[in-house]
Amino acid sequence: MLLAVLSGFLLALVAPALHRVTGRYIGWTLAILPASLTAYFASLIPAVQASGSLVIEYAWMPGLGINLNFLVDGLSLVFALLISGIGTFILIYAGAYLAGHQYLARFFVIMLSFMASMLGLVLSDNLVSLFVFWELTSITSYMLIGFNHEDMEARKCALQGLFVTAGGGLVLMAGLILLAIMGGSYSLAEILSSDLALQDHAFYTGAVICILAGCFTKSAQVPFHFWLPNAMAAPTPVSAFLHSATMVKAGIYLMARLNPSLGEGALWSQALMVFGAATMFTGAYLAFSSTGIKKVLAYSTIMALGTLTMLIGVGTELALTAFVCFLVAHSLYKGALFMIAGALDHETGTKDISRMGGLRKTMPVTAAIACLAALSLAGLPPVFGFIAKELLLESLLDAPFWSIGLTTAAVAAAVLIVGVAGLVAIKPFFGKVANTPKAPHEAPFGMLIGPAVLSVIALIFGLAPFLPEGALLQSAVGSVFGTPVETYLALWHGVNVPLVLSIGSLVLGLSLLSGWHRLQPALYAINTYAARFGPEAGYFHFMEGITIVAAWQTRILQNGVLGLYLLLLVAVTFGLTGYTLLTHHGIHLTLDLTDSHFYEWGIALLLVAAATFASSTHSRLGSVASMGVLGFGVALTFILFSAPDLGITQLLVETLTVILLVLVLFRLPEFVNLSSPFERFRDLAVAIFAGVVMTLLILAALDVQYFESISSYYIENSGTLGHGRNIVNVILVDFRALDTLGEIFVLSLAALGVLSMIKLRAEDQYKS
Amino acid sequence: MKSNTLILHTAALFIMPLQLMFSVFLLFRGHDEPGGGFIGGLVAASAFVLYAFAFGSEPTRRILRVAPRDLLAAGLLFAIASTVPAFLAGQPMLTAHWWEVPLPGGNYLKLSTPLIFDIGVYAAVLGTIMTFVINLMESDE
Repeated sequence: MLLAVLSGFLLALVAPALHRVTGRYIGWTLAILPASLTAYFASLIPAVQASGSLVIEYAWMPGLGINLNFLVDGLSLVFALLISGIGTFILIYAGAYLAGHQYLARFFVIMLSFMASMLGLVLSDNLVSLFVFWELTSITSYMLIGFNHEDMEARKCALQGLFVTAGGGLVLMAGLILLAIMGGSYSLAEILSSDLALQDHAFYTGAVICILAGCFTKSAQVPFHFWLPNAMAAPTPVSAFLHSATMVKAGIYLMARLNPSLGEGALWSQALMVFGAATMFTGAYLAFSSTGIKKVLAYSTIMALGTLTMLIGVGTELALTAFVCFLVAHSLYKGALFMIAGALDHETGTKDISRMGGLRKTMPVTAAIACLAALSLAGLPPVFGFIAKELLLESLLDAPFWSIGLTTAAVAAAVLIVGVAGLVAIKPFFGKVANTPKAPHEAPFGMLIGPAVLSVIALIFGLAPFLPEGALLQSAVGSVFGTPVETYLALWHGVNVPLVLSIGSLVLGLSLLSGWHRLQPALYAINTYAARFGPEAGYFHFMEGITIVAAWQTRILQNGVLGLYLLLLVAVTFGLTGYTLLTHHGIHLTLDLTDSHFYEWGIALLLVAAATFASSTHSRLGSVASMGVLGFGVALTFILFSAPDLGITQLLVETLTVILLVLVLFRLPEFVNLSSPFERFRDLAVAIFAGVVMTLLILAALDVQYFESISSYYIENSGTLGHGRNIVNVILVDFRALDTLGEIFVLSLAALGVLSMIKLRAEDQYKS
Repeated sequence: MKSNTLILHTAALFIMPLQLMFSVFLLFRGHDEPGGGFIGGLVAASAFVLYAFAFGSEPTRRILRVAPRDLLAAGLLFAIASTVPAFLAGQPMLTAHWWEVPLPGGNYLKLSTPLIFDIGVYAAVLGTIMTFVINLMESDE
């Protein structure tokens, strides 16, 4: 299982080398991995059917409660199968779509990393590792949206997507921590199986708001939906995979995953229903009013995401059955339609639907596949989308409250979506032949196999719904509901209310479609007007606001006067420390000087003299040198009190610091006294204050021992456990190696910071 | 920046190899005696700094062979790599692993993940300081 999740990252490492070997068959070669993963996940189905869920454990940082545990149940397996299954075809498709692209290898590196992160996300049992994978999907998505990085627009859209999803991710982290505190564990399996009534916990409201903020941003719910259409700046294989079938469903996944624990509260279900329904309707409307084929599909994805959110909110057994069916159906048809859209774009040279027409003669296979996928989108028999839509309407009619409102919204959305299905399947392929920028011809095999297989699967699932139901869907519904359920899926339910509503929406949708050309200018005008007040405008205002605040606080706090930085740092740190010291400990001066030696006094005097000289001299070189003396004095102290490692380190660091300072010194202007006497006295006061607090702190540390000292443990065990006699080193590289690891990362970051500062300054000078 | 004194040139050529050898010595004995990756890295850095003072930054880059920031990255990679054996064995991150390789003559060579980790620290420290020094010197020229 560990290998299954991480194999994507491993393959990503060698993808560029593979590309050199396999050349144009790179897509097919790489697709072997997700294909075998699909087979592996499918082989887990019997085990999940038998036991409900499996937890597979790998210890990672058990001390912090962070383990790499995997939870496999119906829900995560459905997601894992969708990711690896659709991923297989996306990789093949991308190999054809981007054939000959100069950064093809780079594309596959990011794409495979994304796939692995996504698998990690849906299979993680630990909330922390789930969050790590969650953020990884945001970052890889950022790189994929901005894949055409020479295009300014693509970079802007990528950044927008990153800001929205990563901002939500931060809030989500707070929510997950609250959840872990409430549930008493970081393990999803334990939280889900505990019988705590989380909705009565004091943190419940906070946790739900934070978690939903994370899920809503990721899954493009109103009012955060605007980033998704902009993410269409990505190459089409990316849109097909990330922004329809997988990544945007991460939020949906998390909501479904937590539904058994959090779903009891009214806040949860009401928020999901309101935001879900609003998103569903907004998405359907915007989809119908767009002209770019990818935008149309993106907005219809928003509609689907809204529908899924709403269904979790309704939360009845029937609604969750509809949720799982709709999820599978949507992933199948949306992945297919995006790939078709890419093929159209690739072969005709335009993304604008109004410029396409009559393509069925030149692209017959594409047309057939598009029609089959669009049937599923519109929710027509005999494909799986029909079953999902019937279930959706039925469950809304049955909803415990707000049934009429939700049903109306769903039917309105359905009408628009029928229109949208027509837009993508009828408009480009039928009617008058339109002049396209490129002479169209059939798309290559690699670009057709994916959508063809996905559409045919949707057809098979529609004709024989008991196949997926028995295998997996039933246990998936069970994991969202919290207890095992019995479902019954069938294509034909007889004439009932949902069917009547479906037929009605079909008729209305088709008539809307026929008037599309006439409606288009009016819709365009409305949308342009609405955009000025819409959430995207809010996003831009927000970003401007951040810039203004940042500029303001930089002027106040970071105005380039280094003395001020130091003053603030020292004053705040020692002010707070001094306060804590006074209130918690008080001042006890017990200074015993009886067993001090004369050479210790000598070093102390040397230190004081060096410090005084360094702060009063007018010569920079003298100041640096006396700082060096100070440092060597400290090193001497270390050596006197038998800490040779510290002493050596201090000596070396001092030497190198003096050298570095001398290097910088040459670049400073002549020494001038810029500060007023008042400022100098203020600085002196702060410095003395810091010195006094530090002295008191050290005396206090000698005075009291709040905990039993750990040094005896190190002394006893460094030889036996650490195989070393130098305790300092054993602590550094073994006992507390994690600290050291953190430290060398900080060190490296500092080096990179200095490097970029020097380089940027050099470039500035070069320009001016 | 480059000095033209014959004494410094000659001294640097003699002292630098000694310093480098000493730094490696410090690195390897660090587990039992005073020393270790951090101190070793600092000594190695002072060796190259001496060289840079004598001959300038460009020859120092040449004698380093790799860019200082690649050295940094290599250090971090080594440190991370030392976590892999524990990970593969399903143990907590950074659990130490020890191997004793028998040498001819009845001695043993002690190899361990803490040693790999320490090599990482050595390279990271060396890389950091050389990044500072070389770039500061070059921004002058």
